[in-house]
This record gives sequence, structure tokens and C-alpha cells, in this order.
Amino acid sequence: MARFRVCPDSGFFFDKSAESLMKVNAVAGVVALLVAGIMAIGVILTRWQEIHLLPADMFYQALTSHGINALIFWIIFFEMAILYFASSTLLRSRLAAPRWAWTGFILMVIGAVMNNVAVFQGKSSVMMTSYVPMQAEPHFYLGLILFAVGALIGCFVFLGTLVIARDDKTYDGSIPLVTFGALTACIIAVFTIACGAIILVPTFLWSIGYINHIDAEMYRVIWWGLGHSSQQINVAAHVSVWYLIIGILFGARPMSEKVSRSAFLLYILFLQLASAHHILVDPGISSEWKVFNTSYAMYLAVLASMIHGLTVPGSMEVAQRAKGLTKGMFEWLRKAPWGNPVFSGFFMSLVLFGFIGGITGVVMGTEQINLIIHNTIYVPAHFHATVVTGTTLTFMALTYLLIPVLFRRALFLPWVAKMQTYVFAGGMTLMILFMLGAGTLGVSRRHWDMDFTGAALSFDYPGTAYMMMAVGGVGGVLGILGGVMFMVVVLGSLLFGKKLDAHAGLLQGFGFPMKAAAYTVEQPAQLQMAPKPVEEHGSGGFEAPGTFVLAMALLVSFIVYYFINWDYLASVWPLS
Amino acid sequence: MTSFLPPSDRIWWNVPIGKQEIIWIGIALVWCLIMFFMMPYWHLFGKQNLSNEAYQTTPAQFQAKVDAMVEEHKVGEEAGFPVVRPPAGSDVYMLGRLWQWYPILELEKDQSYRLHLSSMDWQHGFSLQPVNINLQVVPGYEMVVTVTPDQAGDYAVVCNEYCGIGHHTMLGKIYVKEN
Repeated sequence: MARFRVCPDSGFFFDKSAESLMKVNAVAGVVALLVAGIMAIGVILTRWQEIHLLPADMFYQALTSHGINALIFWIIFFEMAILYFASSTLLRSRLAAPRWAWTGFILMVIGAVMNNVAVFQGKSSVMMTSYVPMQAEPHFYLGLILFAVGALIGCFVFLGTLVIARDDKTYDGSIPLVTFGALTACIIAVFTIACGAIILVPTFLWSIGYINHIDAEMYRVIWWGLGHSSQQINVAAHVSVWYLIIGILFGARPMSEKVSRSAFLLYILFLQLASAHHILVDPGISSEWKVFNTSYAMYLAVLASMIHGLTVPGSMEVAQRAKGLTKGMFEWLRKAPWGNPVFSGFFMSLVLFGFIGGITGVVMGTEQINLIIHNTIYVPAHFHATVVTGTTLTFMALTYLLIPVLFRRALFLPWVAKMQTYVFAGGMTLMILFMLGAGTLGVSRRHWDMDFTGAALSFDYPGTAYMMMAVGGVGGVLGILGGVMFMVVVLGSLLFGKKLDAHAGLLQGFGFPMKAAAYTVEQPAQLQMAPKPVEEHGSGGFEAPGTFVLAMALLVSFIVYYFINWDYLASVWPLS
Repeated sequence: MTSFLPPSDRIWWNVPIGKQEIIWIGIALVWCLIMFFMMPYWHLFGKQNLSNEAYQTTPAQFQAKVDAMVEEHKVGEEAGFPVVRPPAGSDVYMLGRLWQWYPILELEKDQSYRLHLSSMDWQHGFSLQPVNINLQVVPGYEMVVTVTPDQAGDYAVVCNEYCGIGHHTMLGKIYVKEN
């Protein structure tokens, strides 16, 4: 029986079991995103002080659910789909141990449902971080543990698939850059999940009474090996997706395989040290430790991101210029397919991740500057720039790419998809910028009431802070509208989208394999190395001048903003 | 279309790197090093640094220290909280508990105090407003920071680490008086 289906439009080969697993993981991820999005309505409309929608208990419950579903379930489910795509599909290999992969998926679903049930029962409103000694119900932790075990199995299936592809010689030469990036994400994921197990298993045992004490500071240090590193999986994954998208849309080749891969290697070596960002103002941790770790050992992971920041758009520019879009600095960019949501989503995520997410992250992760930022609403503003306008927007763009290829359905309401990336990115950017501002004015994160109703003493935030939270609220509502548009397009496509393949029925949209007749290839021909470029790389000086200008703009913004914050720090009370 | 195909050169690590990338990597590396050395620089020459002084403690031990200070230097009461005016240069204590910062401190401008912070129960966030100084307060740990208030005024201590349903009512005060 033939194992592979070939997509006539893209030429990708899909292994039957990998195809189903990609679909179910992507759909499960979108369901988690839907829950997170619904919760976001409650969160944003409560933080918008003039509306102040939810009572305190429901607000904290919604915030817990929003955080876990968005930061863990949505993103890791979707990343499992990416891992299977980057291994099985890109390498034309059968998937390793599909039964194990299904076991992993089922564990992830059980874990996600169990954790959500715990949160909705109302006694586990402990936030995503679940800092001890505040205690959630046992099934809150157990759900997370099961989810992590399932994800770990998925990582090993990915690694196994790489081994099979190599043994079966399904490709010639080295693995593609995109697969290399996915491998980076996978290695970081294994580290992340190990940290999660080390801290959540004892915390679970504590919640059922087998352990009587968990040290609160130890919990923080190890938990952040999970909490921050899980977001580093995203960085590696979405950068890989950027390379995939420029390859598919523009036929772009990396400016230099060596540079891009070395940058991924720097991620593997240094990115996880950033867990230290969260414990810069904690007791009992030395400055030397903080300085070394918070800077990823001299900012070597930041260097990696700055490299990708040049090579991703640079590779696109080179490809565009080769097609004759050579006028001026930016014709290659002006004449890019801005009406295609795959491109617009990708490019905006690149810019927003770099300019807002990257810069704010480095600034607030500076040991001393963290004093004026820790736990203010600046922090969620920063990670919405990285995880929402960075990762989520990239994954949305990838979804638009995958619906025809993987699900074999045409996009439903393509004009909505066309606008969706702009509405979503625009709304979220507005929210992020104003929340950054409010954080600078000291507005606290995870806080139900900036009026402090019921407190014995009183404090008034400046009027500007209220204004900023309100404008941020408007941005958040726009972002949610963008989220609704995404859901309409995705679910609409799976249910009503024009079938591009006669076998792509309703159930196929949710993971069922197509009829046996759709799978026509027993084993695809060996994947050949990419054709040599006409002109040898590195021969012609500045190949991507426009990108270099953009990169310098990033650098200048970075430097200016960095020193503004030192200046602000210098104005507060002396501490020593 | 090579980003998702095997590289066109079997030995891709021998392909020379373009000038543009080398220049950018150089610039970025220099910037990374500047940012790195800013932190030790600030430790030497800047005025806002955390000490590494911290002790393991228990809620009972810390409470006893707070009570002793309140006993000795209480100068008044406000909204049920004792207002304490310890001498300049001394050790001052503030504890976080569900849902109070206790007691209210009265400090003198331009004097230094060794501020000790700890939590009696869950984790709390010491967020001094409107100066916007934020510290994590963890049960079982006593953190010591030398503070030198350089402006007189009424300051609020907001709790900015989520600590349950009454989190938003957890508000304390530090008054800084002209001497």
C-alpha cells in the first residue's frame, strides 16, 4: 500500500500518518488559541479600567486560562505539527513510530483538557507560573505534566524521523536549513520539558501531600527553565518558519548556510540562559550569576537573533533582486505580495518581533534596568510582542499556507484573510505600545484593579496611566477582532472551503486520512540538493543593501532606547 | 527555494561568507559586548544596584524583627497600621502578607536605610510607586537593600506579584520627610 501523497500544487510529499498527526496537532492548537482568545476578551476588558468587566475571581481565572492556553497549549500543539512537517514532509521520509506519536498527542490532549478543567473549576487560579506556596489542585499540575510528557514523545518522534531519513537516504547532502531550525527548537524543547518535569513533578506530589515543602525561590529558578525556555522553542520554530516562507514564496536561498546555521547553534548553546530574566530582583541570587545568565553569556543569543534579522529579509531581498526588482533600496519590498496574508503575516511578525519584542526584551533583561520593569505591565507588553506579533502571527501566516497544501482546501473568504493579518498585527501593536507606556508608569501586571478598591490605604496612578490602559484596551479589542477573523477563515476553510482534492472531506479536515487512492507514491525519489546559484555567493559586495538599511535602523532604535532606559534608571532612588 | 532543500554545496561550511553579513555580525557583536559590559560598569559607577545580601529566614523570625522595630520606633497610627520612624542609617523592616505591607515606614530624605523585605505567606511583589522600583519578595528569604530616598513625598507600595483574590487591596506606604 502506498504511503505518500504528493501535493500537486506545492510538490510536497505527505506521509499518511504524519499528515494526520500534523492536522490533529494544528487543529488542537487552534482550539487552544480559541479558548485563549475568548479569555483574552475578559482580561483586556477588565484591565481597561473604565470598563472593568469581570469581578476579581473571574478575572484571575480568565488570566490563568489565557496564559496557559496561549503560551503553552496553542503554541506547543502547533509546534508539534511543525516538527512533523519539517522532518517527514521536508525530508520525504516516513514518520518514525506513528503509534508513539499518537500516544504523545493523546497525552497532550488529556493533559490540556485536565488542566483546563482544573482552571475552570475555579480553585486553580494560580496564573501560568503557579508560584509556590500558592497551591492549585493536583490535576492542574498533573495536566501540565501529561501534556509535557506527550510533547516530549513528539520530540523523540521528530528525532527518530531524522534518523530514518538519514538511514533511508531520502535526501542528498545535509538536512535543509528549515529542518535544522526545527531541530534547534526540538533540542530546546527537550531541555524545557526536563526543567518542567524537575519542578512540576515534586509540586504535584506536594499538592497531594507527599512532600511538605517546596522552596519558593528554588521553584522560581527551575520553573523559569520551563517558562522562559518554552518561549525560546517558539523563537527557534518561528525563525525556521520565516525561512520556510521566504523559500516557498520567493524561492529564496539563505544568504549563507553557514551563518544562518551558526546562529541556530548559538540559540542551542545560549538561549535558555535567559530564564534568568525573571529572577533579576530576587533575593539570594548573586549579581555575577545574574549578569552572566541574563545576557545569555555576553548576549550571544541576541547576536543570533540579530543575524537572523539580517539574513531572513536579506535572503528575500537577494531573491527579489534576482527577479529584476532592483530599483532603489526598497523596490524588492514595495513590490512584495502585500495582499497575500502569508507574506504580510510573515513580514510584520519579522519587524514587530525584532523592533518591539527583541529590543524591549533585551532592555528589561538588563540586570539593573529590570528594577524599574519587573512585574509591571511592561512585561506582558514585551512578551505579547514576541509571542503574539512574533510567533502567533507567524503561525497564522503558516496556517494560510498549509490550508491548501496540507488540508487541500481553498481559503474561505480570502478577502478576510487578506485583512486579518493587518487587523491583528495593528491591534496588538497598539496594545503593546501603550502597555509598555503604562508599565513605565508603574502599572502592575496581573492586577485586577488599578483603583485599589477596598484597600485600607490609597494610591492614585497618574491619569496618563489610565489613558494608556484604555488605548491599550482598544488595541486589544482590535487584536481580538483579528483573532475572530482568523478563526472564521480557518474553521470556514475546513468546513466550507473549496475542495482542492476530491478526497478532502469534512473528516479529513480534522485528521482522518484521505481515501487510499489519494496515496499514490510508495517512496518519493531522493530529495536532491538545491541547484547551485547562478552567481556565487559573496562575490558581489552588498547583495541586500535595503536590508542593511533596515538592520541599521533596528540598531539605532536599539541603542537609543537602551540608553533612554539607563537614563530613567539613573533617576530613581539610589539602591545598593 | 533552498531554505527548505538540502544546501547546494555538500560542504556548505566552506562557502565563504558575504561581506555584508560579516560587517553586520561585527557590528552586532560589538553592540552585544557594550551591552554586556554596561552591567558590570553600572555595578562600579551606577547608583542603582541590588546588593547580594539575603538570608534564609522563617515567617516567625522575620515577624519578630518587624515587631521589635515597631515596638521601638512607633510614632503613630494610620488606618490600623503602625507608622514607624526608625533612626537614619538603621535597619528597617517591611513584611508582606495577605494582603498588607506592614508597617508604614517614615524615612528621612537623603539618608540611607537597610531595608529588609520578606513574606509571611505567598510570594509578593514590592513595587514602590511612583518611583517604580520593583523587587520580588519571597517567603523564607530575607532580602536586604540599602535605599536612599532622594525625594520627599508619599510613596505607595503596590503588590505586583499576584497573591490571590485580595491582591489589589495590598497597598502599603512609605513616607519620606524632609529633614
